[in-house]
Formats: sequence, structure tokens, C-alpha cells
Amino acid sequence: MDQPATNPTIDKMNRGLKRRYRAERRFRICGATAVFTALCFLFLLFFSIVSSGYKAFQKTSIQINVFFDPAEFTNENLATANFPGLIKASMSAMFPEVTSRSDKKDLYYLISPGASFQLINLVKDNPALIGQTQQIWVSANDDVDMLLKGNIDRTRPESERRINDKQLAWLDTLAGERKIKKTFNTTFFTRGDSREPELAGIWGATCGSFYTLLITLTLSFPIGIAAAVYLEEFAPKNRWTDIIEVNINNLAAVPSIVYGLLGLAVFINFFGMPRSTPLVGGLILTLMTLPVIIIASRASLKSVPPSIREAALGIGASKMQMVAHHVLPLALPGMLTGTIIGMARALGESAPLLMVGMVAFIVDIPQGFTDPATVLPVQIYLWSDSPERAFMEKTSAAIMVLLVFLLLMNAVAIFLRKRFEIKW
Amino acid sequence: MESLFQTAESGALATAPKEEILSEVTSNTLHKARETVGDPFVENPRMTCREVNVYYGEKKAINNVNIDIARNEVIAMIGPSGCGKSTFLRCLNRMNDTIEGCRVTGDIRLDGMDIHDKNVDVVPLRARVGMVFQKPNPFPKSIFDNVAYGPKIHGLVQNKSELEEIVEASLKKAGLWEEAKDRLNQPGTGLSGGQQQRLCIARAIAVSPEVILMDEPCSALDPIATAKIEELIAELCEHYSIVIVTHSMQQAARVSQRTAYFHLGDLIEVGKTDRIFTNPRHQLTEDYITGRFG
Repeated sequence: MDQPATNPTIDKMNRGLKRRYRAERRFRICGATAVFTALCFLFLLFFSIVSSGYKAFQKTSIQINVFFDPAEFTNENLATANFPGLIKASMSAMFPEVTSRSDKKDLYYLISPGASFQLINLVKDNPALIGQTQQIWVSANDDVDMLLKGNIDRTRPESERRINDKQLAWLDTLAGERKIKKTFNTTFFTRGDSREPELAGIWGATCGSFYTLLITLTLSFPIGIAAAVYLEEFAPKNRWTDIIEVNINNLAAVPSIVYGLLGLAVFINFFGMPRSTPLVGGLILTLMTLPVIIIASRASLKSVPPSIREAALGIGASKMQMVAHHVLPLALPGMLTGTIIGMARALGESAPLLMVGMVAFIVDIPQGFTDPATVLPVQIYLWSDSPERAFMEKTSAAIMVLLVFLLLMNAVAIFLRKRFEIKW
Repeated sequence: MESLFQTAESGALATAPKEEILSEVTSNTLHKARETVGDPFVENPRMTCREVNVYYGEKKAINNVNIDIARNEVIAMIGPSGCGKSTFLRCLNRMNDTIEGCRVTGDIRLDGMDIHDKNVDVVPLRARVGMVFQKPNPFPKSIFDNVAYGPKIHGLVQNKSELEEIVEASLKKAGLWEEAKDRLNQPGTGLSGGQQQRLCIARAIAVSPEVILMDEPCSALDPIATAKIEELIAELCEHYSIVIVTHSMQQAARVSQRTAYFHLGDLIEVGKTDRIFTNPRHQLTEDYITGRFG
């Protein structure tokens, strides 16, 4: 077979070709490895959080027979009755052999101090209970909870356990009588913070986050969009607008704690707004979110093709009509995405809120913008700082709830983008 | 800019000896000075432009242009790229106002009204002087809404049936009615390139303009779509004055009654189209139409 005359250029190209493909393969492997590593870390993160937190969604209850002794309910105000006494009496009735003072203390320890509040509510709802004996499931103490979830090792010496041998024996008796059970932990989702882990919940922090973000959204969205539209469409391009642009870009990179200090100095010290409230927190997060929203909105305004602007101006639309009828609808999906990303960042922010007192221990559920409140990430910070073993799983559970909220917000962002996207 | 002029001129001068021989043969004296030759002025004009200069910052893009636009005529603007023909076109409905750093001086009148007058609002002006762009740019809305947008924002209609009448009439004038009447609610961006351009023309004529400016309306279209637009231009000039910028000299010859030749910001020659293409009076015009540059 005749070989065709070789072309030196093609030969050179062919020699280089292999190297080019090798380079491409190398690059693809690097990329894939990077993505795989990132996924591994993400999985590790989720695994560690979920594995240590999933147990917090269950809680341990103990069944007791409470005799609502009419002798205790002599006062008009039912809440003043000696409810802890009722619980102690029923515990003693279950374990009549316990007589010594310190043993009794150990026995009563098994029941959560919050159980008496449960009884108060029962009696308030139904005063007819007075004089009756009722079987009631009450919360167990957090150490009992930990023991049943396997976080306290029975085999360790008694002195190193939070539950002593006698308490273990009583619990085993209760378990044998099927008077201990684990149920879904509604307390966690309906209560505010507490010093007792079994009574602590995230509803207070969730409400605080909600009010704070509501302020942030209602302020930062309109202000951010208006600023972006003005700067992009109406403002003259001169040195002043250049300075403004540079400053906005810099503000987006300012550490959030600085915004906290600013808020402390301006909103609380100067304007005298109440401390620890969603109002101040929301204002600070607004300042922090604004640059993000403005930058994202300007980018999405810039991406609207100039031909659409010319078309609108060409048939005599005013500048305002051009922006409102044609540019904004096209830029809206990008603006919404930017806003929601900014809001997600605000939802996860804790540092600036520490500076304005939203780190306070607050048991009550906030009812408005000026009630003292805390937010989810700060709640996580508070719990992670607590010594009780039970708060550790609460911390992880709260992180899971926060992550669910973040995922939901991102899902909404994607949905809105798809919904408002205009097909060309 | 000055140096550009000089090089262009010296380039023209370099070929001069040969031209002189040629012109002796055709017994024509070709103008070489950079001033307008031909007949830029007409009786009873629709628009008049006097001493129009355009600056982009310090740079002068249009230099002392004087020209009239007659009623119901198609006037073509030709010239090499960057010669300022599009810039001049955009002066006529003040679209240059939207460009940062662009300054227009001189006197431009529409039916005797100075369009730069303080009392003249740019919004109705742009309704009277419509514009069709190089790239078809329908709004990402339905075909109906594209055409209805102008009448709506200018408050030309009282109710929906009037609006529908205007949309139908405009689409008919633009030759798009037969193709679009069954899909008025579909997006205008779903049409083919030529249909989109006719939609843009329909959108421009829906507000009953007096002048339509067309900035290379066919440069993004295939020959068949181009032929349709050219037919349309011939029909439209019964009702409107049309100023068309084009890179295709054939197109200028086919559609226009008068032609203006621009060269590096100067209006070089204006005249009847057939005269310009058969018997140019300026050296630069002849060089351009005979394909020596451009």
C-alpha cells in the first residue's frame, strides 16, 4: 500500500494531539476528584449531625398514677397547689420500700421538674379531675432519657454515672411494668428554651428567626431592588456612582460582627431601641443583606439584553415604563434568587446578633417584633455551650431543623426562578 | 479623528492620477472636497436636518450634516462601516439621548418642529418617528402584546376592540397577519427571524408614526425574508417616510428613491438613487460604489 506523502504540519499536530488529550483527561480527573471530595465532606457533615441528633426527636416518658387530692386544691387559684407533692406522692406509692430521705430524693429525680406544669395544665383544662386518680405519662428527667437512649453506660462504676445503682433498679422495675416509653418529642418543637434539656425546645428560636427575617425581608428587598434599579438604570455614570459601587462591593465583604457592633452603637445606644429584640436583629441583618441583594440585582439587570431596552424606547416608552414593563420582569428571577440567598445567609447568621443581646436565655415564645427573642443559630450556639449531655443531641437536632429551613428557602428560590423565567 | 481623515484623503489622493485619466474619458469632473454634493434639499420636507454634529465624548462622529427627508419617500443611507450613518439615524428620534456621553448639536425639525426644543417631549417624538433595529428585537411577550404595547402606553385606544383593530391593521400592513392571526397569543420570540422583523415593523407602525427609521433591518435575515421586507418597505412608503441604513448597495438601489452616502462622519453625496449609482459626482462615492473600499 502506498503511503501518501506526509504533511509535516499534520505530523507536528498529531504529536501534540496526544498531549492535548492527556491534559484534558487530567483536568477532568482533577475536577471529578474535587467534586467527590466535596461530596464526601458534605456526607460526613450530614452523617455526624444526623447520627448524633436524630435521637432528640424522641423523648422518654414515665407513667405515674396521680391522685388529685382535693385537700391540696383549697386555694381559688389552682396553679398554687402543691403539684410536685402530688407527683412525689405517686412515686412513693409506686415504690413504698423507699423510705430514707436521700433515696426519696434520688427517686423523685427520675421525673422531670416540668411534670408538675403538665399536671397544672391538665387540672386547668379539666377541674373535674380533682378527687380522681389518673394514669398520666410525664416526662422523665434528661439523665433517664440519656440512659434509655444508651448514652449512659450501665457498666461503668456507679461514681462515674449520673444514674446510681438504686435508680437503675427502679427504672428496670418500671420498664418491666411497661411504665416507661419513648414517644415523639413534641416538646422540642413547641417549647422555648429551658435549663432542663427535656423541656427545651426550638419553637422560641424559630419564632425569633421568623420575626427577624420578616423585618429583614420587608426592608432589604424593596430597598435593595430600588437601589439596584436606580444605580443601574437611572444614575449617571460618574465618579460618585463609581465610589458608591466600590463601597457596596466592599460592604458585602465586611465581617458580620462589625454590623453587630454598628447596630449596637446606632440602633440601641443612639436610637434607644429595645435590646434582644427581632426589631434590632432584623435591622442589622438588613444592613448585612442589602449589599448582597444589590449586587445580585444589578448583575441580573445588566444581563437584560440592550435590544429590549432599545425596542421599548424606540416606540416611545418612557424610561420608567421601559424599566417597569420590560427590564424588571426579565431581571426578576435573578433578583429573587439573590434575595433568597441573602435571606438564607441572614437566617444562618449569629455573630452580629450576639452583639445586640439576642444571645440571652429566653424561655418565653416571642409574640412580636419587640419581645426579647433569640434565633436558631444563636440557640444552637447556646446549647452547644451547655454542659448537660442531653443538650448535645438537642444541638444537632436544632442544626438539622436549621438546615431543613435553608434547604426549603433554596428550593423556593429555584421554584421562583423557574416560575418567573421568561422563555426566549 | 483628524488623522483618520487625512489618511483617508491621502488614500483617495494616491489613486488620483488614474482617476483623472478615467474622468477625462467620461468627461466628468469628480468632486474631491469633503463637502456634500448632489441635492440634499427637497420641496416640502418631512424632516430637515441642518448643521448636525454628533460627539461621543471628545470624538466627533458626525460632522456638519445637512439633509432633508421628503414625504413618502424611501431614503437609503450607505457608506463604509463606522461612517456614522447609524449614529445619524439615531439622531432623528433622539435615541442618542440614551447613550452615555453622546452629544448632538444642530437643528433637526420634524414638520417644522425643533425636536431638541425644551418643550418637545421625547416620548411622543419617538412615537412619531418609529424605529426598526438591526437585530429583530420583539418583546418576550405574545405577538398581540408586542403590537399592542405602543398603543397601550400612549393611550391611543379606549377599549379592547379598538386595540384589536389596531393590532390587526398593523399586522396586515406589515404583511404578517396571514401567518400570525391564528397564533396571536403565542410568544413573538417563537417566530422566524424574518417574521420577527416584520413583527417589529408592525409594532412600530401601530402607533401611526410619520417617519420610520430602519437600521440595517435585513442584515440578520436570509434572502427570502429580505425580499419580503423590501416589498413591505415599498408598500409602506405610501404612508410613511422611511429612512433606511443598509450595507447592501443592491438593497439601496432596489428600495430607495434617494440615496445618501456617508464617509467617516461626513455626508458626501445625496441624490436620486439611480443617478448616484450610475453617475456619482464625488470621488469617494464612486470609489465606494465601484467597490474600491467599504
